[in-house]
Amino acid sequence: MALLEIKGLTKAFGGLLAVSNVDMAIETGELVGLIGPNGAGKTTIFNLVTGVFEPTRGEITFDGCRLNGLKPYQVTKHGIARTFQNIRLFQNLPVIENVKIGYHLNAKSSLWASMVRFPILREEREITQKAREFLSIFELDYRADELAKNLPYGEQRRLEIARALAARPKLLLLDEPAAGMNPQETQELLNLIRWVRDQFSLTILLIEHDMSLVMQLCERIYVLDYGVTIAEGPPAEIKRNPKVIEAYLGEEAV
Amino acid sequence: MATQFGWKKIRDYLSLIVTALFLLGLAYINVISGLGLIDRYYNGILILVMVNVILAVSLNLINGITGQFSIGHAGFMAVGAYVSALLSIHLRWPFAAVLVAGMAAAAVMGVVVGIPTLRLKGDYLAIATLGFGEIIRVVIVNLDITGGPRGLPGIPPKTGFFVAEALAALTILVISNLINSAHGRAMLAVREDEVAAETMGVNATRYKVTAFVVGAAFAGLAGGLYAHYMMFIDPKSFSFFKSVEVLVMVVLGGLGSVTGSILSAAVLTYLPEMLRQFAMLRMVIYSMLLIVMMLVRPQGLLGTWEVSQAFRDLWRRRETGEAGRRDVHGIA
Repeated sequence: MALLEIKGLTKAFGGLLAVSNVDMAIETGELVGLIGPNGAGKTTIFNLVTGVFEPTRGEITFDGCRLNGLKPYQVTKHGIARTFQNIRLFQNLPVIENVKIGYHLNAKSSLWASMVRFPILREEREITQKAREFLSIFELDYRADELAKNLPYGEQRRLEIARALAARPKLLLLDEPAAGMNPQETQELLNLIRWVRDQFSLTILLIEHDMSLVMQLCERIYVLDYGVTIAEGPPAEIKRNPKVIEAYLGEEAV
Repeated sequence: MATQFGWKKIRDYLSLIVTALFLLGLAYINVISGLGLIDRYYNGILILVMVNVILAVSLNLINGITGQFSIGHAGFMAVGAYVSALLSIHLRWPFAAVLVAGMAAAAVMGVVVGIPTLRLKGDYLAIATLGFGEIIRVVIVNLDITGGPRGLPGIPPKTGFFVAEALAALTILVISNLINSAHGRAMLAVREDEVAAETMGVNATRYKVTAFVVGAAFAGLAGGLYAHYMMFIDPKSFSFFKSVEVLVMVVLGGLGSVTGSILSAAVLTYLPEMLRQFAMLRMVIYSMLLIVMMLVRPQGLLGTWEVSQAFRDLWRRRETGEAGRRDVHGIA
């Protein structure tokens, strides 16, 4: 059975069908792309999967569990993490604290224990130690004590991915990770995504407008237009698909 | 870069010296107070400082750490004050028991108010909590058992300086521990970005209510201490202006800084007394100071800085000697 299975997913905002009857199946270990023109409903699908929106119709199953109607923090507990189109870091917290939040799920101290303990606790030390090691994987350890908002753009993107991975997900959703990056940064990002997939044995679903990145990186691509899946397949096929070309370039181009 | 490194070091040592002086001052006050040499006027101010420290530190947990703009703190204080005072007067419970009961009552109020209002954000939450504070006051005015607008006299005088001091210290300890735990980090995450916090597995609603309830409980404690020092309470003592007073302390000290809340609670309690010699101009000077302060340092006296950071930085420098190198990358 597929790790993430979406069946007949539909989301209506009033009279507008943002996502309409979408089916998707993502196997464990796959690296799948989700593309489509602006307003095609890509981010809406992410929001439906992560519980930000509730589906109007349809089923979302992850790892054998039904996700419909769960709150975002409950979805995270099932092993899904994401990044955002417009970076959403905890801006006024140090870089290392951003990553430490990821260990939130594993922290054992109860609220009462936290209030009466002595200021330095072993669990906190362990979390700090782990978070530092984690940052060094992403070459951000030298920034550990700086505020997240003071990082340059590329490092903020990297930190957001690091933060998502700190929650130890099985499935990572990346929403336009290369937005605003120059070609060299995009190339670095491509290597990073490949590397984290192998390192953390992840399944990745990513939304991206940078076609060179998507074509190089993804093994399979879903194309969305006006909330409907218009094509699905490996990059080479997608590139030649007349429907896709039409959606991107208009009818005359076909 | 060398100058920046130097400045940070100076600042850290300076804060150590200030802390040491502060603790010395506190020790001196404790000694003369213990020997009974302190006069009643100053004794009273010191107790009110402690009460305000508890109020400011607990409101900071809600406003500064969790980022939920509440201006109904006097309401929770009133609940604690009246519940503990009535239990003292009518049932003659021991002091410790009435304080705990006052805290519990305020905490229950925190749950009742928190669950429906915390789905509101920003200005809307502020108005809802303001409304709550007024409702509490109006209820007290209209009840018989509370003495209505005439107030409630005959509360046994039980709050001494040492009790108030110990409970203020306890409040600071408990709330700092909470802030520095995984739970506190979750609260900070909610303040920074609720949506992102939720996708990191933080149940935002739960943490907002938790902060609200813990903050309310300590406001109730402050109320109990206040009632048993003043021996008389009336609804006017817990009006909207009391909430604003506490809010000013938190904002002036720096939203999110416990050290700042303590400092500004102490200063803003003592300042109006110190300005008494200017008689009519007293509140004018007080307001001017606040205006100037907000113009010059909108982030508050200490921003989000804590005195413990100075200790930590100095310790790390001693231990590793590499802080200088790290500062090259450092911005603040």
